[in-house]
Amino acid sequence: MKAGSNLEKVLTAGIFAITGECGPPRGANAEVVREKAKFLKGNVDSVNVTDNQTAVVRMSSLGASLILIQEGVEPNLQMTARDRNRIAVQSDILGAYALGIRNMLCLSGDHQKFGDHPEAKNVFDLDSMQLIQTVKKMRDEGTLINGHKLDGAPKMFIGCAANPFADPFEFRVYRLANKIDAGADFVQTQCIYNLERFRKWVDQANDMGLLENVFLMGGVTPMKSVGMAKYMKNSVPGMDVPDEIIKRLQGVPKGDQAKEGIKIAVETIHQLREMKGIAGVHLMAIEWEERVPEIVEMAGMLPRPVL
Amino acid sequence: MIVGERKPLGDILDMIKDYKKVLVVGCKGCVTVCNVGGEKEVGILASSIRISRKKDGNEITVDERTLERQCDPEYVDQLKDIVSDYDAMVSIACGVGPQFLAERYPDAAVYPGINTQFMGGALEHGVWAERCQGCGACLVHNFGGHCPIARCSKSLLHGPCGGSSGGKCEISKDVDCVWHLIVEKLAKQGKMDSLRKLVPTKNWSTSRDGGPRKVVREDLKL
Repeated sequence: MKAGSNLEKVLTAGIFAITGECGPPRGANAEVVREKAKFLKGNVDSVNVTDNQTAVVRMSSLGASLILIQEGVEPNLQMTARDRNRIAVQSDILGAYALGIRNMLCLSGDHQKFGDHPEAKNVFDLDSMQLIQTVKKMRDEGTLINGHKLDGAPKMFIGCAANPFADPFEFRVYRLANKIDAGADFVQTQCIYNLERFRKWVDQANDMGLLENVFLMGGVTPMKSVGMAKYMKNSVPGMDVPDEIIKRLQGVPKGDQAKEGIKIAVETIHQLREMKGIAGVHLMAIEWEERVPEIVEMAGMLPRPVL
Repeated sequence: MIVGERKPLGDILDMIKDYKKVLVVGCKGCVTVCNVGGEKEVGILASSIRISRKKDGNEITVDERTLERQCDPEYVDQLKDIVSDYDAMVSIACGVGPQFLAERYPDAAVYPGINTQFMGGALEHGVWAERCQGCGACLVHNFGGHCPIARCSKSLLHGPCGGSSGGKCEISKDVDCVWHLIVEKLAKQGKMDSLRKLVPTKNWSTSRDGGPRKVVREDLKL
């Protein structure tokens, strides 16, 4: 075990894992996080806590992660390179570990242009690849980037993101390979709607032997409505929503679109489960945590193992 | 070259609203090449100021001068006999110009007439694009001759990020994804292997992050 987190234990045991996601509130109200935790507890193996996603200011990922721990839910702390230089990055990692965080997802971060403070200065002192390397170095060598020996190494289970739907497609698998070389233990992908393209990417990764060295979790986000599907297709960079998905949602009465969206998500989970090299699923029910229990139930993934 | 854009006329008029005699100072360097601060633009700005002020019934004398460069003391010095004749100077050189004028003539009121944008080049007539951020440690040879520091919105050393779509950057369809260009170029050259290695964290101390910079060439000092 590298970190001994629940997520690491489940994946290492060869059990098809499931992670959830919790977006912290735009305010200091801890109750919002506690409320979300209720729906996630016992239904997923670990919960990603987003770090000012889409560059919109929210309660810090670390703060919300701590609330999850208090509620008995294991967090996966997301950290972006957008807002902190290498001094803050390393300091936050040490603090997070000291407070009980055992999983980290290392990201570059959405550009601030999309967020609620487009006039902000961006940092990007490191990029996601170097952020992964930094956590690995701190964990395995017990040193900072500069080689300074730490009094207590942060034993994190290191995650990274991968987007097989961004361009140029042929390079995507090499980028994954780089992230594994950098030190990623697990990978969570962008939301999968185009299974054909996803399969192609997974095949490439299998051909290169990449998935023997990393736990790959496929990203799934249930659509709430046709409107959401269209927004994801047209306005979210790096998202691939085929027309069939939109047509399928349009094919049911408005009141049933959410149900249909969940059905599609559950089917995707079943398909992922059958794919060689897929170790689990990352369920991002965006501001829809209350539907997580039924999705996991429908996917036949309950009860979650207690290891 | 250093590329700039002229400030809106209204902003310039507002800066000099209390003056009766102003000198517009151009520069024959970069800003002449990018058509924003050369002799021709000095003439245009001076006329625009005169016309506006006349229209407002508040006439002003505006003289014109274009120096060889505003970033060299020997040329800035050429104004020494006339500076005291004016209430103020408007420099339409890059940001270096008004500063060098103000340093050389501490009693003069100096105003910037352009907004300095970036170091770049002309893509076509009337279109300029950024190419260099002056990081102090050039590495374009590692990236097919493209600079990810200046041209990637996130300055990523390992791209393209998940927001790259159809060769464009996630921030705008008008911005090329430089990492797409890098991958394309190196693939064509059969050098994709070079993108399969991890680049160490960058030393930003040679960049602006290390504080204001200075280059000293002992061999050239008098």
